[in-house]
Parts: sequence; C-alpha cells; structure tokens
Amino acid sequence: MPIDLIERQYRTISSISGPLIFVEKLSGGSLGEMCVVELADGEKRIGQILQLMGTTAIVQVLQGTSGIDSEASRVFPTGQTARIGVSKELFGRVLNGFGEPIDGLPPIVPDEYLDISGLPMNPASREKPDFFVQTGISAIDGLNTLVRGQKLPIFSGAGLPAKELALQIVRQARVSETADFAVILGAMGITSREDFFFRKSLQEAGALERTIAFINQVSDPTIERLFTPRIALTVAEYLAFEHGYHVMVVLTDMTSYCESLREIGSAREEIPGRRSYPGYMYTDLATLYERAGRLKGRKGSVTLMPILTMPDDDITHPIPDLTGYITEGQIVLSRALHRKGIYPPVDVLPCLSRLMGLGIGEGKTRDGHRKISDQLYSAYARGMDVRRLVTIVGEEGLSDLDRKYLEFADAFERKFVGQGEADRSIDETLDLGLELLKSVPEMEAVRRK
Amino acid sequence: MKETRGKIFGVAGPTVMVKGMTGPVMNTVCLVGKQGLLGEIIRIKGELVTLQVYEDTSGISVGEEVISYGIPLSVTLGPGLLTGIFDGIQRPLEKIRAAAGGFITRGIKFEALDIDRKWEFTPLKEKGDYVGPGDILGTVQETERIVHKIMVPPGLSGTITEMKSGEVSGAEYVCMLEKGKFIGLFQEWPVRKPRPFSAKLPPSTPFITGQRVFDTLLPVAEGGTAIVPGGFGTGKTVVEQTIAKFSRSDIVIYVGCGERGNEMSEILSDFPALKDPTSGLPLSLRTVIVVNTSNMPVAAREASIFTGITIAEYFRDMGYSVAMLADSISRWAEALREISSRLEEMPGEEGFPPYLATQLGIFYERSGKVRCLGSDARTGSVTVISAVSPPGGDFSEPVTQASLRFAGSLWALDPDLAYRRHFPAVNWLASFSLYQAELNDWFGENVAEDMVKLRGRLYSLLQRQTELRDIIQIIGVEALQESDRLTLEAANLATEAFLKQSAFSEVDAFNTYEKQYWILKAIFAFMECAEAALKRGVYIETILENPVRGRINRMKDFANEGFQARAEEMMRDIENEFTMLEEK
Repeated sequence: MPIDLIERQYRTISSISGPLIFVEKLSGGSLGEMCVVELADGEKRIGQILQLMGTTAIVQVLQGTSGIDSEASRVFPTGQTARIGVSKELFGRVLNGFGEPIDGLPPIVPDEYLDISGLPMNPASREKPDFFVQTGISAIDGLNTLVRGQKLPIFSGAGLPAKELALQIVRQARVSETADFAVILGAMGITSREDFFFRKSLQEAGALERTIAFINQVSDPTIERLFTPRIALTVAEYLAFEHGYHVMVVLTDMTSYCESLREIGSAREEIPGRRSYPGYMYTDLATLYERAGRLKGRKGSVTLMPILTMPDDDITHPIPDLTGYITEGQIVLSRALHRKGIYPPVDVLPCLSRLMGLGIGEGKTRDGHRKISDQLYSAYARGMDVRRLVTIVGEEGLSDLDRKYLEFADAFERKFVGQGEADRSIDETLDLGLELLKSVPEMEAVRRK
Repeated sequence: MKETRGKIFGVAGPTVMVKGMTGPVMNTVCLVGKQGLLGEIIRIKGELVTLQVYEDTSGISVGEEVISYGIPLSVTLGPGLLTGIFDGIQRPLEKIRAAAGGFITRGIKFEALDIDRKWEFTPLKEKGDYVGPGDILGTVQETERIVHKIMVPPGLSGTITEMKSGEVSGAEYVCMLEKGKFIGLFQEWPVRKPRPFSAKLPPSTPFITGQRVFDTLLPVAEGGTAIVPGGFGTGKTVVEQTIAKFSRSDIVIYVGCGERGNEMSEILSDFPALKDPTSGLPLSLRTVIVVNTSNMPVAAREASIFTGITIAEYFRDMGYSVAMLADSISRWAEALREISSRLEEMPGEEGFPPYLATQLGIFYERSGKVRCLGSDARTGSVTVISAVSPPGGDFSEPVTQASLRFAGSLWALDPDLAYRRHFPAVNWLASFSLYQAELNDWFGENVAEDMVKLRGRLYSLLQRQTELRDIIQIIGVEALQESDRLTLEAANLATEAFLKQSAFSEVDAFNTYEKQYWILKAIFAFMECAEAALKRGVYIETILENPVRGRINRMKDFANEGFQARAEEMMRDIENEFTMLEEK
C-alpha cells in the first residue's frame, strides 16, 4: 500500500487507549482515511480514522499503540482510504495481512489501486449462481452441493481437520475447473505451524502458481486482521471481474477476525452486543461474505469458503450464528465422527447448501439427485433417532426396521461420509448413495414415485 | 418547506452530526457532503443535529455542507412500480445497473419511476364530476396482469375542470380540479406515515398460500399478520419465496431486508419465467421488489420495510389484496439497534432500543383489511408475513417476543425438522393461528362442512403422536399397544403425506383447498379402516405392510385439477383392500 506523505502533520495526540489514539485539532480528515503515525524514533506505523467529532479524530493503529509517545509522535493524514495495488503479478506471492510482500521478493508493480472496502454489488446485477463445482467430497457434492459464486463456510471446532478439508476441496475442485482458476488465501491469526501447513499443501497440490496468500500470524498485529479479508476479497473481485478468473477464496480463521472486531469495539467503549461482540458484527461480516458472487455479463466468479472455529463447539455462539445467517449454508464438522476416525468428519444433519437446488439435476449433476439426497437425509436422521433410542431401551426394544436404519446410519458414516483422501466423481457419490439406500426397504417404497 | 444548511461536525459509522442548521425538522431528508448522499434527521439536540445516512459514509469530512429542504423521506407511487426492483430508499436498481454496472457507486441518483414514460390513460370521470380523496379518476394498464387505478390523493377534492385521455406521462397532469389543483399519474407519500382509509374491517377470508400446513392448520386471514421465526437453515426464505410465488394475492411486495444478494438474483431471474397460479401470466407482473441486502448501508435497510409497506398500502387503496413479505424483520431491528447505539441511547434488552416494540407494532399494524377511501366503498387488504431470525434459534429474544405480541399467526420453524429435510419445517405444536375461529364459517361454506372438524382431528392426532413418541423413548416401539402403534403410524402418515410439502415439485408446490381437504379425508379413511381391521383381528403387521399407506403418501403428486374424483376412487380402493385383509 503506497502512502505518500503530504504536508499536514499533527503532534496533538491527546489520549491512547488500546489500539486507538485520539488526535486533536485535526482538520479536513475524512472517515476511513489512512494516516501514518511516526514515533519519536522514526518508526512508521499505519493508522485509519474510525470516527470524527469536531476536530478530534479517533485513529486505530494497525501495529498497536505500544511505544507511542503522546508528545513526540506525529500523525500524517494521507488523504486516501485504504487501498491495495492489484495486478496479475500477485499470483504465486505471499504477502502479509496488510498486503505487503513477506516472501523476500520485490514489491509488485500494480496495474491499479483499489479501495479495499469495495462497493456493494447491485442485486440487480448479480447473475444467479447455478454452476456445479465438483469438490470430490461426497458429503458436499451429494448432499450439500457447492456452486460457483456461493459462500459456504466450514464450521469447525478446535482440533478438527477443517483446514485439511478446505485444502482437499481446493485441490480437487481445481481439477474439475477450467484453466482460469485461482485460489486466494486470507489467513488471520493463524499459527506458524498452520502457515507452514498451508503453504506446503498448496505447493504439493501444484496450486501455488495459481495462489495468492495473505498471511497474518497470531503474533502479527491484531488490527491488521480487519484488513486481511478485505484485501483478499478486493484482489478476488479484481481477478474475477476484470480478468475472468474463477476465484476460490479461503478465509481462516473468522473467529480471530471477530475477536479483533471486538477488541476495537471495546476500545471505542461501544455498547457491546451478545458475548460482548459489537452489535454491528452482522453488518460487518456481511460486507465480507456478500462480496462472493457472479455478475451479469462478466466471466469470472468469487466463491467464498470461510473457516471458523466454534468456541466450545457451540453452533449458537455469535460467530457461527451470524455467519450462518449470512452465508448460503454451512458445512459442520463433528467431534464425535472425528473421534471415530472418520475423515472428513462432516456432520451432515446440520449442514446445508442453500444454492444446491440451482446446481443439481439433469445436465448439471444428474436427474434424481435431489431425491437421492433427501432419502439419504431422512434415512440417516431416522438412523440417528434409533441410535439415541438404543442408549435407553437397548437393541432388544428395536423393531427389525429400526435395526436396519441403525445399520444404515453406521454404513453411511463409514462409507459415504468417511471417504478419506479419495476424490469421488458425482456419479460415484450418487451411485454409492443409492447402494446404501437399498438396505432400507421401506424408504424405497414410500418415496418411490 | 424551507431550505436550511449546516456544516458536518462529526462522523461515526452511518450517522453524521451537523451544526449550524436553523429550524431543522425531525425525520426530514438532507443532502450530505460533497457527494450529496441522502440522509434523514433522527435527533435534534440543541444546535447538534444527527442524521442517519443512507449510503456509506467513508470519505466524508468534517466541515462539508448539509442541505435540508424540510421534506420527509417519501416514495413515489404510480404506474411503473410493478416489475420494478428498488433499494431501501426506492432507488431503481435496474437503472443503477445500466449506469454503473456491477456495483452501486456512492451518491448515484435516479428518479424511482420513469417520469417520461407514456401510459395509456382511460378516464372514468369527466368534466363537472365532483371527486374526493380515493376516488378513481381513471386507469392505466400497468402490466398485462394489473390495472393501475389513478386515485385522487388523500386531502384533495373538488369539481373536475379538465380531464385528459390517452397517452400521458408522469410529468403531466391527468386531471385538473377547480382552483387550479392538478392531479398527475404519480403521487408522493412519506414512508413513515400510514396511508389513510375509511374503516378497518375484521378478518373474514383466509389468505390462501397453497401450503397445506398453513392453509389448513395455521391459517392467516387476508389483512392479517404472520411471523416466521427460525434459526438459520430452517427455511424462512423458502417459505417467503413460496408464498411470493403461489399465494392467491393480486399484488406481492417482496422486501429483502438485510439478507442475501444471491437469493435476490434467484427471484429476479425466476419470477419473469414463473406463472402466477391465478392468471397464468408471469409472476413478475404482479410483483414489486424492495431489496437492501446485508452489505448495503444499514440506514437504508431500516427504511426498506417502510418503503415496502407504503407501496403495499398504495395498491391496497386501489382495492387489491396485497401480500407484503418481509425477509427478515430481525435485520431491520438490528439496523435500528446499530443506529441507536451510534446515538448513544440507553439500550434496552440485548442492546435493542427501548422503542423497538413500539416501532414494530407500528409496522405490523399497517397491515389490515380496509374499506378504502373513495365513494365506491371498495375493500383492499395488506397481509404481512415476516421472517424473524432469532440469534441462536432462541425464540426468547426481543424481536421474536415483540413480534409475537402483534402477530396473528405464528409459524415456528424447527431446526430438527429441517435437519431431516421435512419442509416446510413448521413445528405444528409450537405454532398457532388466532384466525381459526374467525375463519371457521368461511371453511364451512367454501371448503367442506366437516373441514373444521377434520382439522380438529388432525390436531388431536398430532398431539397424540408427540405423547406416543415420548413413551417410545422409554419403553421402545415393540412394547407399545397395537392400537397405539396404529395411531402412531397414522400420525406419521399425516406428517409425511399432509404436513410435508415440496416447494420445488411442480404439482405439489401449490395445493387448492380441495386437494388439502381430500388428502386429509384419505388419511382419516385409512385410519378408520385400519382400526376396524385391527378390531376384527387382523395382524398389525399385515395392516402396516399393505401398500395403501405409500399410495396415500403419493397423493400429493396428483394435480389440483380433478383431485376429488381421483381421491374418491382411491378411498374406495382403500376400503376394498382392508375388507379383504385376512384375519389371524
């Protein structure tokens, strides 16, 4: 991000609180304007104006306020909002959460600078997402189909293999996609181990030259995390709508992002909402997630896969809750399945793809897809009921039919969900589903047309 | 109307503070800053005036100018609304697309309706007639489906001195009254002010959705309100969209309030292709879409439901039955909360402002069946069906609770049903309809004499199902008495064959009352025959293995046309089958 120093400078910091500084007697500043904060020792930090009241500006400092001296430090407003220089040269590069290279290579020469907040997509300009993306994962392709331009998050718990699953999807989806496929990774607050894992896996998948990674590690400034997904999505929109790429954006971990949001909210002494996350978190998350989509008359698409960790596996926690209300479905991972050694441990009952109906059926996947999926759901739901029943009344109290459902549920988890590293075609997935359904005779009878 | 100017003093999120205005008026609109963004005055405190701004405020500086013309936030009403898609403050999104492409650029402005477009006006009054508020001056065929009635705006009356006929544009007048008062095709109306009518009428007819669980079990009256709360993924949006598609209303106003953009693109591409069940013409011809997706500015989201309901009232005033679908009212409440918190108001429950319930009440009460203004005593109605998105699916939160106080029908959605793909995922025992009693007469006269009785039986059966399921949890299904087991199976059949309905199936998406009645009838016929057979000594396994149940379940795949004949034939089959079952 280029910041041209201009004449205006202020040595009027009156208060410092958490990541915020309060600058007095500032004239002409505008909301969202970027500033440079120069410390007494010449160190330069980046700030952004969050609020203006008369001549007082509240500025959030990306690198934190530690070491800022209220007398000697100087603030230079730049007259510009946060922007990122974009170019196809970004492919293969690794950058920090603020868009600066950290791979030791020289800075890129941007074609243009774009405001990272983006603009809301006109609902009348959106193209209906209806292009099936084969991920090779049965629980997704068969039951919760992903389509281009969708936003489908993975709800994970601490220690569950969400990142492995996301990378498997990226790897396998790439195979079925056209040459104009790009991956953008926006990592917020990840550990160095995870960072290493991501880069290694992308390299092994041969996807590195199609990938742009924005990495903010746990030890990096927390406020930077508020910028990372916006930068990633701005680049994604640029590649998709200017250059026709089908971009898959993986954002991880949204939980870290939301915590940074809470930190700023509390520093600004705002009235907190549920679990002290800010009341505007829904709107804030929506300005990220809603950037996925397709546009009429443009070739590319932005497909978004945010990963979040549900604190204490609680799906009603504000972060998964608000996310689920914005995104078009969710893939939920289950600790119980993970303990059973099933990979990917997708808990299919609470999973959903809202756009599935648009991406399946004749000419897209195949005729009868919806019916197979509904039957698998019903049979598995019933099998799970029986499983609960067994814990109370024992297997003896079951009818023969119930026993068949119980067996079905086990086989479904083991074979259909637990596919391991296999890359299944949609036909393989649906055939397997039909095969499993044969063991429950009544279903066939009741649901057959 | 007076003009006053001030200077921006502060900016925080969607709110802007202004100083130096003389005589600012509450809830009037302003143009803010160099870009001329639209804002509304929401607080006046001494010389400090606070505005909510309907566009993104980044880039606004202290010291920029604000102008107020003293006009409240209003919408333009007239021909051209139908088939339109507008944002929360009625900016035409198709025009914005044509001008700006994929994204909504800031400060972009267009008139809501095309003022130069010519309409063929057919007068119904003539020179010398005396007309008062609400009287219909003439008509315009707005779409193939809908005749747009040009009415005398509230507050105007007099003797007609000139009347036009033929091609007229929005810029011209169609009628002149004495003393030089003009009436054109368009009228302006402030969104926060309910449009007047001569009397509210009690609910007496059902609002027909074509959905079995709603129409039969949980009906909403024309002019009533229904709320649809449910956690994410329980199918609120599908319920709203299904009603938008299939309900038997003349006009549909669909408000996408703080929801997903891709869903709106689905509606936009589907509605012109889908046929409306009454007329067979494309659905878009009776639909107005107001959309402020979650990533569009929050203040405009707050305004969107008022924009929507004002348009709904306008069509009601013409004598139409209007469905106003709001998805979701919770996002509106959150917008209210966000703005309230920027004003640093004292928060009520969960951070929502204490006036949340009042505001919600004002909105819901704008529904209703009314005798419209005008001398012809026509009636019109606005039925409001709003989705509620409770955090964590917990119905005890303030928006659901406040909505419950005003709603006549509660359609509570249940994640457990949604997980097993039972749609509409309405929890029939947790939901209610206060209109049942008021509509009983209508059911008796228009559906069948025993319809109300059948509904009562269905309720008891479903209640018994819950009890039996609880018992099974303890003793297992094998230990159940045979008669109870039969009741349970009949209840399960009712759940599958009646309550569950596919919005995506061509034949099942809309059910006439005839179809609903006969499916119910068949279920209870099965139950009676099976009970008789069991008494006679037939094994319960023999009864349950009989394919008759599967056939009843597949009745939903019969078309609405000629349903009664097919159903009666089937019921005769059922009786025959059962009399032939062998005893032990």
